[in-house]
Amino acid sequence: MFVHLRPAFVLLILMTVLTGICYPLAVTGVAQAVMPAQANGSLILRGDQIVGSELIGQNFTSDRYFRARLSATVAPDPKDDTKTIDAPYNAANSSGSNFGPLSKKLIDRIKADAEQLAKESGGKRLPADAVTASASGLDPHISPAYAALQVARVAGARGLPIERVAQLVAEHTEGRFLGVFGELRVNVLKLNLALDRSKP
Amino acid sequence: MTAIGWLQIGILFALVLVCVKPLGGYMARVFQGERTPLTIVLGPIERGFYRLAGVDPAKEQGWFAYTVAMIVFNAAGFLLLYLILRLQGFFPLNPQGFSAVAPDLAFNTAISFVTNTNWQAYGGETTMSHFAQMTGLTVQNFLSAATGIALAIAFVRAFARSGAAYVGNFWVDMTRATLYVLLPFSVIVALAFVASGLPQTLLASVDVKTLEGAAQTIAIGPVASQEAIKQLGTNGGGFFNVNSAHPFENPNAISNLISIWAMLAISASLPYTFGKMAGDTRQGWALLLAMLVILVAGVGIAYWAEAGGNPAFAAFGIDPSSGNLEGKEVRFGVVMSALYAAVTTGLSCGAVNAMHDSFTPLAGMIPLIMIKLGEVLPGGVGSGLYGMLIFAILAVFIAGLMVGRTPEYLGKKIEAREMKLAMFAVLILPLCILGFSAAAANLPFALESLANNGPHGLSEILYAYSSATGNNGSAFAGLSANTKWYNTTLGISMLLGRFAYIVPMMAIAGSLAAKKRSPASAGTFPTHTPLFVGLLIGVILIVGGLQFFPALALGPIVEHLLMLAGKTF
Repeated sequence: MFVHLRPAFVLLILMTVLTGICYPLAVTGVAQAVMPAQANGSLILRGDQIVGSELIGQNFTSDRYFRARLSATVAPDPKDDTKTIDAPYNAANSSGSNFGPLSKKLIDRIKADAEQLAKESGGKRLPADAVTASASGLDPHISPAYAALQVARVAGARGLPIERVAQLVAEHTEGRFLGVFGELRVNVLKLNLALDRSKP
Repeated sequence: MTAIGWLQIGILFALVLVCVKPLGGYMARVFQGERTPLTIVLGPIERGFYRLAGVDPAKEQGWFAYTVAMIVFNAAGFLLLYLILRLQGFFPLNPQGFSAVAPDLAFNTAISFVTNTNWQAYGGETTMSHFAQMTGLTVQNFLSAATGIALAIAFVRAFARSGAAYVGNFWVDMTRATLYVLLPFSVIVALAFVASGLPQTLLASVDVKTLEGAAQTIAIGPVASQEAIKQLGTNGGGFFNVNSAHPFENPNAISNLISIWAMLAISASLPYTFGKMAGDTRQGWALLLAMLVILVAGVGIAYWAEAGGNPAFAAFGIDPSSGNLEGKEVRFGVVMSALYAAVTTGLSCGAVNAMHDSFTPLAGMIPLIMIKLGEVLPGGVGSGLYGMLIFAILAVFIAGLMVGRTPEYLGKKIEAREMKLAMFAVLILPLCILGFSAAAANLPFALESLANNGPHGLSEILYAYSSATGNNGSAFAGLSANTKWYNTTLGISMLLGRFAYIVPMMAIAGSLAAKKRSPASAGTFPTHTPLFVGLLIGVILIVGGLQFFPALALGPIVEHLLMLAGKTF
């Protein structure tokens, strides 16, 4: 056994230097030099202010903006740090709801949200992403159907023609990669930024 | 289910299959010590490593010395990782100022990464410094994967050689697996990941003011470099809490495609390496075919169940056409989520791009079954191949019993000693999973960790011990596993699942290597035919599956029936 100690410790140290320091630093160097936008988190600037990352969703509550999906992320309770409070789109602590399919909390939540949204949809069937929490709690996208459901509300709140808002949604609908991979989706932050540009 | 959904699944598997021959052949050359295109760059590094470590690469080891070297190396790795986690407050690259990881969590995490499990009882962005992620976790992502590949190659040599006392040199196999296989592919995949949108920076977080004026702190870091080896090494330990569901780990369909390809590529190619080294590539293809048949069936069932969705939702006026989206990301939808879930558990990867806890009952049962079948579909890098070879030995033994002949696999007689050792290895899985689950289900403080009541709670416990013992690392993540009970018992499960399997496996390797390889005769049962593939699939399903059926009946199966009856908990 003792004959193995030298190779074990020496190779462990050498491999730590190679794969734990050289490898990530080399990748960081190349990434920062060649692809700085992606390497730094695909941040979006408005003027000189960072308003978000195009990959990370934000919480929207105002009628003037398209709403994103439900987010189950939490943050430490400022009053008692052994507890947590709801903090949707907390990008420092990703989390899903982890409700099982028979969870009473899940079913009650979906029922309440569906009743609320039914008023907006005018009796049409609701898209599933409108009432379900995303896996990460940071999903930047909604389905085109959920965006369509919100067009009239946003247009009304902003005093914009419905056709103009619908056109913005169409422009921001992203297709499948090579026409095959992934799902149709709308990036909520980018769409809302375009709305702000179109009529602040 | 849609045609475009199946097209995505089909193209993905095609992309993996076209790599099997070149990658498998390349690995055969690497482990037979032949020159490769990378030798000119990596050869000097490799020789320098041996010189500093005092390793003579020409000197081979018997199965026992090989196994002891592997255990000493992994014990040293555990020790170093445990110290890094406990002392991370004193090291640089800790921009958020995280303090020491608690002892039970550091114990659990160190075992988890050394055993290639990558069970994570913590949230990465709220616990680990960049230093710990890079020099601790990323390093073990490489070394645990390299250990698995080395062990598989030693097992392969046992079949390839005749009357041999030696199975290889652990230090050489481990070093070559890291330098020639894992590292170059990781660099390529990491850069492809950055191009597709993954961050790679030493900053810790970005503070932004959202459109509505709220403050948002976005955790960030050297994500791409860790993700690349996490997928290629079938480790699965993510940078962020929600793993590959996080938009920074997996921002779009392209990164998702690379992720799934990367986790499958090496494990799917190793059977070909086996065939090449043993002198008959048809043997490798037969093993791969058996792996893929069960895997594709699992993908199909999970996709079907998730596309069907939860009948309770439809009652509230929700359009069922996009399936069950609770715990899923819009960019992946049900098809990419179901595919990812089945592949990550058929492999012992454990990365997730959707929350398995929120899957419909039968879709959630698929990852559970894939793990319980022994992580051989096609399994973790290396561990999948040696696990499959154990099943192949069992299959020829059962076939031998049926016709009353001494069973042979690749000309090696399978006798009582090998069978006893194989059974010992195979029984570790049910022992840990059912034993610990039964204990946890009866302990009030263990039940406090459950996030869901009713049969789903039992599924959460079963999943945790299956994932740990199978060295998978995915979770029904509602379970609050960061407690002393779960950190300790899951840590023990991971250790037994890895090493209590490896030791008998290597003992079989030693005993088979010493046997003469007898030439095939008219009475030899051929092991490259569809008949053998069918037999092998049957053995995997019976041995791996039947012992868990009662537990599954009490968890996901009864849950499915209750869902149809409209019951909630």
